[in-house]
Amino acid sequence: MKFVGTSVKRVDGVKKVTGSLKYVDDIKLSKMLYVAVKRSPHPHAKILSINFEKALAIKGVKDIITGDLFTKRGGLYLEDKNFLAVGKVRYRGEAVVAVCAISEEIAQSALEFIDIEYEVLPAVTNAKDAMKPDSPLVHPDLGEYKWAPVFFPVPGTNISNHYTLRKGDAKKAFETADFVVENEFYVPHVQHVPIETHTAIAQMDADGFMTVWASCQSPYAVRQALSEAFDLPLNRLRVLSPAVGGGFGSKAGTTLEGILIPFAKKFPDHPVKLTYSRQDEFENAYVRQGLHARIKTGVNKDGKIIAVENEFIWDGGAYNEYGVNIAKAAGYASAGPYDIENVYTDSYCVYTNHPVGGPYRGFGMSEIHFGIEQNLDMVAERIGIDPVEIRRINGMKPGGVTGTGEVVEVAGLMECLDIAVDEIKFYEKSETVSPTKVRGKGIACGWKAPSMPTNAASSAIIKLNEDGTAHLLVSAQDIGQGSDTVMTQIAAEVLSISPEKITIRTGDTDQTPYEWQTVASRITYSAGRAVFEAANDAMNQLLELAQIKIGLSKRDLELRDGYVVSKIYPDRKVAISELALGLTFEDGSGIHGPIIGRGAFIPPNVRNADKKTGLGEHPVVFWTYGAQGIEVEVDLETGAVKILKVVSVFDVGKVMNPQLLEGQMEGAIAQGIGTALFEELMLKEGKVLNPSFVDYKIPTADDMPEMVIKFVENPEDTGPFGARGVAEPAMVPTAPAIANAIYAATGIRLNTMPLTAERVLNAIKAKNNG
Amino acid sequence: MKTMIEFTLNGEVVECLVDNQRTLLKMIREDFDLTGAKEGCGAGECGACTIIVDGKALNACLVLAVEADGTEITTIEGLVVDGELDPLQVSFIDNAALQCGYCTPGMIMTAKAMLEENPHPTENEIREGISGNLCRCTGYKKIIEAIQVVADQNKA
Repeated sequence: MKFVGTSVKRVDGVKKVTGSLKYVDDIKLSKMLYVAVKRSPHPHAKILSINFEKALAIKGVKDIITGDLFTKRGGLYLEDKNFLAVGKVRYRGEAVVAVCAISEEIAQSALEFIDIEYEVLPAVTNAKDAMKPDSPLVHPDLGEYKWAPVFFPVPGTNISNHYTLRKGDAKKAFETADFVVENEFYVPHVQHVPIETHTAIAQMDADGFMTVWASCQSPYAVRQALSEAFDLPLNRLRVLSPAVGGGFGSKAGTTLEGILIPFAKKFPDHPVKLTYSRQDEFENAYVRQGLHARIKTGVNKDGKIIAVENEFIWDGGAYNEYGVNIAKAAGYASAGPYDIENVYTDSYCVYTNHPVGGPYRGFGMSEIHFGIEQNLDMVAERIGIDPVEIRRINGMKPGGVTGTGEVVEVAGLMECLDIAVDEIKFYEKSETVSPTKVRGKGIACGWKAPSMPTNAASSAIIKLNEDGTAHLLVSAQDIGQGSDTVMTQIAAEVLSISPEKITIRTGDTDQTPYEWQTVASRITYSAGRAVFEAANDAMNQLLELAQIKIGLSKRDLELRDGYVVSKIYPDRKVAISELALGLTFEDGSGIHGPIIGRGAFIPPNVRNADKKTGLGEHPVVFWTYGAQGIEVEVDLETGAVKILKVVSVFDVGKVMNPQLLEGQMEGAIAQGIGTALFEELMLKEGKVLNPSFVDYKIPTADDMPEMVIKFVENPEDTGPFGARGVAEPAMVPTAPAIANAIYAATGIRLNTMPLTAERVLNAIKAKNNG
Repeated sequence: MKTMIEFTLNGEVVECLVDNQRTLLKMIREDFDLTGAKEGCGAGECGACTIIVDGKALNACLVLAVEADGTEITTIEGLVVDGELDPLQVSFIDNAALQCGYCTPGMIMTAKAMLEENPHPTENEIREGISGNLCRCTGYKKIIEAIQVVADQNKA
């Protein structure tokens, strides 16, 4: 292959290094109005009255709205949220009143002249407490809400989804197991922290046509949500996502866009803009949900795991429209990448008076693997085998059966594990550097499936130009992962023209065709397959015309370097530029018209699992497997953990662009290290204590270790050229591998993230004293 | 209150009647439409707004515009000379040292100022030099490599 599998340079590179790419906040429009938001100071309170007369009288303030204006609830999977609070507030920072003014400064300054009277309600700020029968209810009317039928809210409680997986007979298996190992783990809330904060602009034309510019991962999902919330027909609502300065899940779905629509409606021809401050971004963008996990493993002396029982309690925060699906995804992945006969899992998404939970790179997998992979090491230790051996015995192999009862045909886990073990030199003892600094190596595996509806669709259009160049239209969003480049490579490969001859356009619901969402590590796979189909469609049209022109059957023709060429007689050819507008005969007449390739794709045969047992033949499209080996150094005097080396190995099906793929793996390791060692959105009685970069650290260049990235390529048959997704899975094993390495170095086991110096030091002291 | 200031912006002498409260970043982005420098935090903690003022890398969100009076300022837009990308820009593309691109202009300007001051940095000096510029996408490895390549060219 010429282009697929090579490190084609990013097609968006020049625009990004010159600063000329326009992100939403860079868009300058005339007559712009600005919005500021008054937020709740209480985690849970009834809104008694709102008085904004004084604020409205300020010069330059155009209008002020409250939630009473649009009371219709919305949400992706469970309709539980409003863009502005209606009747009560459910978390500190919830948007209550919005001000629209002629400048940002005026809008901001008007906020202090708004008086809101609250009746404070008892709040629940711990998911386990929220499960108790006497807990305050965050959504007492849950029973009246609408939800997708694959979710199971429990009205009258705070449980927004109760997912169950029942495979085999776990209770019985535990009775016969030689050993049972049970542990609890806690993973706190973390933030996505894209460097670009959320921002959106809305403008309505005089004829009622609405345009929204949003920094969003999924323009079609935003269009759908706004259409439903504001009764706007889809043909009169255009959502553009011109560029996204980092998403990681936080810009999936909708967050702030809806606040702008009422103002845009009221002031036609005025663009209305809202940009989150960094503090807003920490407090009001989706957070990664906190997780309380209990994992119980039954194992025989020979190392074979015969049963697992899991309880996951997710702190979904005030609104769980998206979080319900994280609880589900975690539930069906709960056995980990292991072939275990008996599995018993309950995964609960729970309302609390915390910031709103939502999708974050990995969609629950990083959180559950922190427990699964540590518990596995503890199991191995109990029966006296090493961490690699327990994974070799139980790890998924081709022909194995997943926790949901699916027979797996492709599973490169063992190959990944072998390479990780080899590269980290797992069986060689770490160097001793000083009496106060100890080193150790840890290993962890991971898996993830695209956590999406069974029928999530993609589409693509390719327009051939009369000079033999082409336009590729998709709504897969390049959020940094490099999809613009990879989509271009796929089209270039099939059409046999260089990537420079293809211009890709994305992110415009009026101009680029449907894409469900840019999430779930599904774009290379799903949108890539749609591009592959579109390019093949264009190719077939070219071959049809060429066989008439050349007089050879199309079976004997192929595309090569801008020509349709005979496979047998290379001198018999016609330039694709000559056919781009159709075939013209010698008498001047023509047929067919312009070449436009159309591609559409839905992953085949993915069917809902059984509602009660969670079992199914093919409930997810595929699993991505991988393993990481990590070496750490622990300072026994300070507790500080230094990551020395990370080896990351994944079965990606097909490496589409080695350089971009390495970038995904390296970025995932960085986020994995940050969350493992120091990232935590600190919450006290519902208040975010660290909403700034001073208090919420993310990794800097100084924190990064040596990274070794390797790939295994067992093709995914339904993917383009065999590719499957990996951007999220790449982060999954990092935190548990670090925890396992810390154990190897020090003998201390930490069940709560992050593994801060303080926590490590306290554990070391406790061990020394105990 | 407003003040008239004069300074050199990407090689051109310019004037601006600027509000005394306005930050340098706002002035550059809104009065001169140079939107390459980004506001990532507004508090000098992320480096996305980095520009070069009198040879030093600076967080433009922390400085008042009036302080620009009499200075020489280069923004990311000023790195392209006669249609030619700066070697750092070329290297960032060649080494895939960018993903979402939001931190990229600030990162390149920090690297530019660093290499002007120290044309032959060690890997550790590069790490330290860019540690005030946050990137959430790349894991920094390819950024460090991209800067190293240009530093090595300096040696040659």
